[in-house]
Amino acid sequence: MTDLGIRRIEGRAITVRGNDIDTDRIIPARFLKALTFSELGEYPFYDERFDSEGREREHPFNRESARGAKILFVNANFGCGSSREHAPQCLKRWGIDAVVGISYGEIFAGNCEMIGVPAARAEAQALAKLQEAAEADASAEFCVDLERMEVRGGNLRVPIELPENRRRALLDGHWDSTGQLVANAEQVRNVYERLPYTRGYQEA
Amino acid sequence: MASGTLYNKIWDSHVVERLPTGQYQLFIGLHLTHEVTTPQAYDMLAERGLRVAWPERTVATVDHIIPTDDLARPYVDEQAELMMQALEKNTRSFGVRFLDFASGRQGIVHVIGPELGMVHPGMTVACGDSHTATHGAFGTLAFGIGTSQVRDVLASQCLSLDPLRVRRIEMNGALAPGVEPKDVILHIIRRLGVKGGIGYAYEYAGSVIEGMSMEARMTVCNMSIEGGARAGYVNPDETTFAYLEGREHAPVGEAWDAALTHWRSFASDADASYDDVVEMRGEDIEPMVTWGIHPGQSVGVHEPLPDPEAFDEAERPTVERAYAHMGFRPGQKMTEVPIDVCFIGSCTNSRISDLRTAAELARGRRVAEGVKAIVVPGSQAVKKQAEEEGLDRVFSEAGFEWRHAGCSMCLGMNTDKLVGDQVCASTSNRNFIGRQGSPRGRTLLMSPSMAAAAALEGRVSDARTLA
Repeated sequence: MTDLGIRRIEGRAITVRGNDIDTDRIIPARFLKALTFSELGEYPFYDERFDSEGREREHPFNRESARGAKILFVNANFGCGSSREHAPQCLKRWGIDAVVGISYGEIFAGNCEMIGVPAARAEAQALAKLQEAAEADASAEFCVDLERMEVRGGNLRVPIELPENRRRALLDGHWDSTGQLVANAEQVRNVYERLPYTRGYQEA
Repeated sequence: MASGTLYNKIWDSHVVERLPTGQYQLFIGLHLTHEVTTPQAYDMLAERGLRVAWPERTVATVDHIIPTDDLARPYVDEQAELMMQALEKNTRSFGVRFLDFASGRQGIVHVIGPELGMVHPGMTVACGDSHTATHGAFGTLAFGIGTSQVRDVLASQCLSLDPLRVRRIEMNGALAPGVEPKDVILHIIRRLGVKGGIGYAYEYAGSVIEGMSMEARMTVCNMSIEGGARAGYVNPDETTFAYLEGREHAPVGEAWDAALTHWRSFASDADASYDDVVEMRGEDIEPMVTWGIHPGQSVGVHEPLPDPEAFDEAERPTVERAYAHMGFRPGQKMTEVPIDVCFIGSCTNSRISDLRTAAELARGRRVAEGVKAIVVPGSQAVKKQAEEEGLDRVFSEAGFEWRHAGCSMCLGMNTDKLVGDQVCASTSNRNFIGRQGSPRGRTLLMSPSMAAAAALEGRVSDARTLA
C-alpha cells in the first residue's frame, strides 16, 4: 500500500513541557476500552485538561489556538511507558501531524512512524527556542520540513533529526509496512522452515 | 556494534529481508495477544481483505479488562463486555486460539506464555504490550509493539524493525537477605535512568542474575521498558531448561534433546562484544520503594527523599512535579508514609513465588485497619496452585481479598481502581500519574514482601523487620 508522501507539515504549534511524559498521561487507560481509534481525538491529556467534575483546567491543549494546531513541541523521553498506539492516534486525530522533541519512548516513536507522524528530534537549546516562540505567539506558524530536515518559524531555523529510513518512508509515502512485509511471503517461509522450533525441533 | 551476543544470534537467524525503507523484516516466532490492543488490528486486516498468515503462531487471552471479582457475563462494565465480545468474534473468525476463562489457561499474557511452555530460548516474541520484555528471561528477543504492528504480525508474522545496541548489565556479588528481584530492577533503573536504555537491548548477567529462578528473572526483564530499553534478556542456562521441562508446549523425548542443543547455542559467547557494559554489585541493593511519578524515582526503604537541587537542571521539573503530585517533601522517609491500598499482582509480581513471599508475611497477621488489600494471581494456574498450597486462606484470614486472575489495579482498566488521592503500595511496574485509575491516585512501587508489610503495618515498612 502506498500513501502520498509527506514533505512539509505547516501550521500552528502546541508546546507541552516536561521530560518523561508517559503515554498514560497522554491518554489514560480507561479510553483504551474503545474498540476503534476514531473517537480518540477529544482525549489527549484528558486528566490534565479537566478536573474530576469535568471543568477545564489550564493546559496547552485547552487554549483556543490549540484547536487546529498541527505541530507538537515536547521535551525528552516523550511517550515513555505503555505501548498503546492510542497515544499517537489521539494526537493525530486531534490534528497533530508532527512531533518535535529531544527524545522519545521507542515504542511511541515507532507507533508514530506506523501512522505517518514524524517524531523528530532536535537539540535541547534550539528546541527551547521553538517552545518559547510557540508560547509567545499562539498564532505563529511553523514548518516541519522533512526535505531540509529543519523546523522554521519566525526568524528561527532549527535542525531536526529522524532515522534516515523513517524520513525516507515518510517522504516516499511508505510508512505503512504491512504491504512490504506481506510481499515477502516466500522469504518468510524460508526463514520459518529454517527455524528448529517451528517444526517442534524435529529434523526436517 | 555488538557481536556474538544472544541478541545478534536471534536477530541474524530471524531476519527475512532488508526492506526498501532500510529497516529489517524480522520473523516473529510467537505472537501473544490480548483484548485491548487487537480489535483495531483485526479491523484493519478485514478492511484490507487480509487473513492471519500463521494463525498457529498467535495466541490470545483476556487480561486487561477482565473483572477479578464477579466474572458473570455480561460483565458489569459494558465497554469491557463489548471488548470481550470483539475478541471472541475476532479470534473465531481469524482462527486464532483464545485461552479464555473456560480453557482454564487464562491469565496475564506475560504470565501464561511462560507457564504454558510457549516461550523457548532463541525465539522472537511480540505482543501489543510494553511488558513483553518479560519473555527475555528465557533468552528470547521479545518486543512490545503498537496496534499497527500487531496488524503487521497478524498479516505477515513479521515486524519491520531497526537493529538495537546491546548493553550488558553485570550484577555480581550476592543479594542481602530480604532483597528481592523487584529491588534489583528498581535499583538498575534508578542507576541508569528511565531514558538510559533508549536504543538498547539489555542483557542481564552476572552471579546475581545467574543465581535467580525463572520467575525472578521474569520480574527483572519485565521492567526493561521502564528503563527505556526496547528489550531485555537473560542468557538461557540449566535453570531455564529445568523450568521448561514438562510444560504443556515444551518439546518431549528426542525433540527435547534436540531443543537443548539448539537453545544452548543461543547464549552469548564468552568473547561476545557489547556496545556498553555496566557493572553493579548485589550487596549495594536495599529493599526499594518509589516515591515519585516514574519508576526511576526510588529510594532504599530507609533513605531520606532526595533534594531537588541534587538533580540536573533538566530533571528538576519532573522531580518537582513528583513532589507536588505525591505530597511528599525532601528529607522525609518513606517509612513515615501511611498507605490506603495494597495491590499484590501484575505481570511483574503475580507468580506463585511472589504470592508465597507475601503469604509468608501475612500468615497469622492482620491487614491494618482502614487498608484495602487485594491479591490478584497472574493466571488461573497460579490461582489454583496457590489454593492447593492454602495461600488463599492465609491471605483471607489476614484480611486480604483473594481475586481472580488479571491485570487489575496495575492500570485500572477493570473495576479495580484507586479512589481520589489514595496511596497504594503496589507490586506493579508503573507509578505514572493516574496509572491506577484515579487521576490523583499515588502509587508506590515495591516488592511483594514490602507491599505485604505495608498492608500489615498500615504504612511503608521494612519487610525484613517483620520476617
